[in-house]
Amino acid sequence: MSAYLQFEDVSKVFPGVKALNGVSFEAHAGTVHGLLGENGAGKSTLLKILGGQYKPDGGRLVVAGKERHFTSAADAIAAGVAVIHQELQYVPELTVAENVLLGRLPTRFGLVDHKAAQQLVTRRLAELGVDLDPAARLADLSIAQRQMVEICKALMQDAQVIAFDEPTSSLSHRESEVLFRLVRELRADGRTIIYISHRLEELYALCDTCTIFRDGRKIVTHPVMADVPRERLIADMVGREVNDIYDYRTRPAHGERLSVRGLDGAALDGPASFSVRGGEVLGFFGLVGAGRSELMRLLYGADRRSAGQVLLDGKAVSASGPSAAIAAGIVLCPEDRKEQGILARASVAENINISCRRNSLLGGLFLRHKEEAARADDFIRRLRIKTPNREQEIRLLSGGNQQKVILARWLAEPDLKVLILDEPTRGIDVGARNEIYRIIHEVAERGCCVIVISSDLPEVLGVADRVLVMREGRISGELSRADASETAVLRLALPDAVQTMTPAASAAGHTPSRSLQ
Amino acid sequence: MNSLSSNPSAAPEAPASVPAATVQRKHAWLADYSMPLLYIALFTVLALTVENFFSAGNVVGLMLSVAQIGMVACTMMLCLASRDFDLSVGSTIAFSGVLGAMLLERTGSVTVAVIGGLAAGALIGAGNGVLIAYLRINALIATLATMLMVRGLAFIASQGQAVGIANDAFISFGDARVFGLPLPVIVVAVCFLVFGVLLNHTVFGRNTLAVGGNPEAARLAGVKVEKLRVWIFLLQGLVTAMAGLILASRITSGQPNAAQGFELDVISACVLGGVSLQGGKARIIGVLVGVLIMGTVENVMNLMNVDAFYQYLVRGLILLAAVLLDQLKTRGAGGHRD
Repeated sequence: MSAYLQFEDVSKVFPGVKALNGVSFEAHAGTVHGLLGENGAGKSTLLKILGGQYKPDGGRLVVAGKERHFTSAADAIAAGVAVIHQELQYVPELTVAENVLLGRLPTRFGLVDHKAAQQLVTRRLAELGVDLDPAARLADLSIAQRQMVEICKALMQDAQVIAFDEPTSSLSHRESEVLFRLVRELRADGRTIIYISHRLEELYALCDTCTIFRDGRKIVTHPVMADVPRERLIADMVGREVNDIYDYRTRPAHGERLSVRGLDGAALDGPASFSVRGGEVLGFFGLVGAGRSELMRLLYGADRRSAGQVLLDGKAVSASGPSAAIAAGIVLCPEDRKEQGILARASVAENINISCRRNSLLGGLFLRHKEEAARADDFIRRLRIKTPNREQEIRLLSGGNQQKVILARWLAEPDLKVLILDEPTRGIDVGARNEIYRIIHEVAERGCCVIVISSDLPEVLGVADRVLVMREGRISGELSRADASETAVLRLALPDAVQTMTPAASAAGHTPSRSLQ
Repeated sequence: MNSLSSNPSAAPEAPASVPAATVQRKHAWLADYSMPLLYIALFTVLALTVENFFSAGNVVGLMLSVAQIGMVACTMMLCLASRDFDLSVGSTIAFSGVLGAMLLERTGSVTVAVIGGLAAGALIGAGNGVLIAYLRINALIATLATMLMVRGLAFIASQGQAVGIANDAFISFGDARVFGLPLPVIVVAVCFLVFGVLLNHTVFGRNTLAVGGNPEAARLAGVKVEKLRVWIFLLQGLVTAMAGLILASRITSGQPNAAQGFELDVISACVLGGVSLQGGKARIIGVLVGVLIMGTVENVMNLMNVDAFYQYLVRGLILLAAVLLDQLKTRGAGGHRD
């Protein structure tokens, strides 16, 4: 039996990086084929080649026995290949029906036949078991619902190969379940499914076969994924053995350094107070929208506070803005790396030096270029940032390496006292996560306060000395590392109405109320 | 199933990125210097083919003709680099010229006239900055409004008439020569030097690019975004007023209808010079070349007696060609990875 989809010796080169280096593998009809690897390993590049967005620089792509050269997404669709990208592609102002039938809307006398379109789409959605109003605008739907629309679109075009790029990264547990059921149905229907995810549990549950990538190369294909132990998969992805990914070590406790008193702002439901000791890693857990990021932005001076005070080593910190917080030694790695963290088109060196350079100006005015270059090189080496050189534009780096650059920006502060990390490992692979946890512990060992916000419950429990939980704009409780079990934390995090649900239902950190009904 | 192919040995530690990086550096060098090289080529061809082009008189005249545009392009570069826009520069040139001429007429003091003109420009600029940075009005709209208002003020102050200048000391600004070059040419050269250093070697310049690249990220990285914006516009107003005073000195009058459409010439020169309208990218050498291309093309068309009507067409085409070239360059170097 020959494979439905074959990649033969496929290569793709970007400026400074070989994203794919002679990759060959094949996927069979009626199976789900998982692709695993760290960020930057080449998985998404492969999907973009499959979807016609990139042209490979070498090698062959064979679909259903025919060699294909896609030059556009339309080519791929015409050949029965649909790729559901991480960033969904839809028109927010159009309805579900219009999006699904975009480009092929039924017409009557030259006008769009809305009734026929809606009937067609309603029937199709019902077949999929998805309860959606075909007349709803995409802008009004949840991310999960938009994803279903995208999948429906792929099926309307009768795609035989359907590839998913991290489809669950922004879905709640229940929304994910709906997606999994759909994927299994598609498999039963004899289609070829390619599935990328960072979540091993999910891959084990869904995939028949899996292929592991690292540094643009294929490492291995496991024909029966269920037979392969977890440790083996991680070791293959990372290229070395990883025992305890969180690397937790106990540290000597210092006295209280940071004290937040009655901080309040528009996004919070009442004033919040807490304190952090020197050398302590404080975890912040809560569902999305619980107010954790908002509280940190108030602390950092990024949003206007209506009341409250921040004391660092007994001294009040000015609330005038981030620059004042930074001057006092408080820094923040924001949640949305792409929109709030990196200067996308600036170099790695520029991204590292942007803040700390104010301390080493020539005559208080001119930059010291040599010193800045040396500092950038030093951090690239120390944090093992994968980049061809310090002048590379940061947007060309993988997510994990971008995050390390942002960390370097703050580690370069000579007088760092409080490091706030908002979702520091979102979308980041195992290897880079491990290194980020190591940095967190090093900073704490220097006697700094570290605050880690995360929606990933195991992560919070793994890195923090103490956990604060937020619910609906308030701090709802505090747990020591010893007391912080998954159940205890979730009990504090979930709104009263849904506390009867299974704990796992919210482990992904999303409000269950946003699911697909 | 026949897809088992385990080859972990085929994965060495470092990917083969070293040669690719060298190639990239070569590309980057070409991209960096393509515009200056292109201009040198253009200049050489014109010098060889167009009669009277490569004479001292004509070349100095060419530089003098772009002096105003050159000065303002320096600050417009900062403005565009921070993802803003300024349409009010033409009006500011007229207003500062008119104001300078009127102050000269009333007081007879060159110092008062110059300081008054510059102060007015700085004030207009700072006003633009406050509207945009603190009151969050879109830069295009804010400066469109000030463009109209300042032009109106110029007409109101002068009652619609040109204000003549008879003061010899003031007039000598426009045609005095230093080292054989007219003073305005020296001034524009100093502007390029100062703003080049400002852009590349100071926190102010780097932060300007950071704000243009991603304002929110820059703010969270400690850049005082609002203050920076006001300073950029203030500088813009100041330099524009200086250009206005020099223009008034050269034409020996303050003209309320001077420099109409000037803002578009300046922005064109910046775009020709590779300044990104999306912000975050700017190079002073590029802006210099952009200004020179604008001046050279106009100069050559005048030498060849090309009808003024066709000159508009040619200038538009050149602008389009430059932007297309830039698009191709970024597309060639672009590409996202996972």
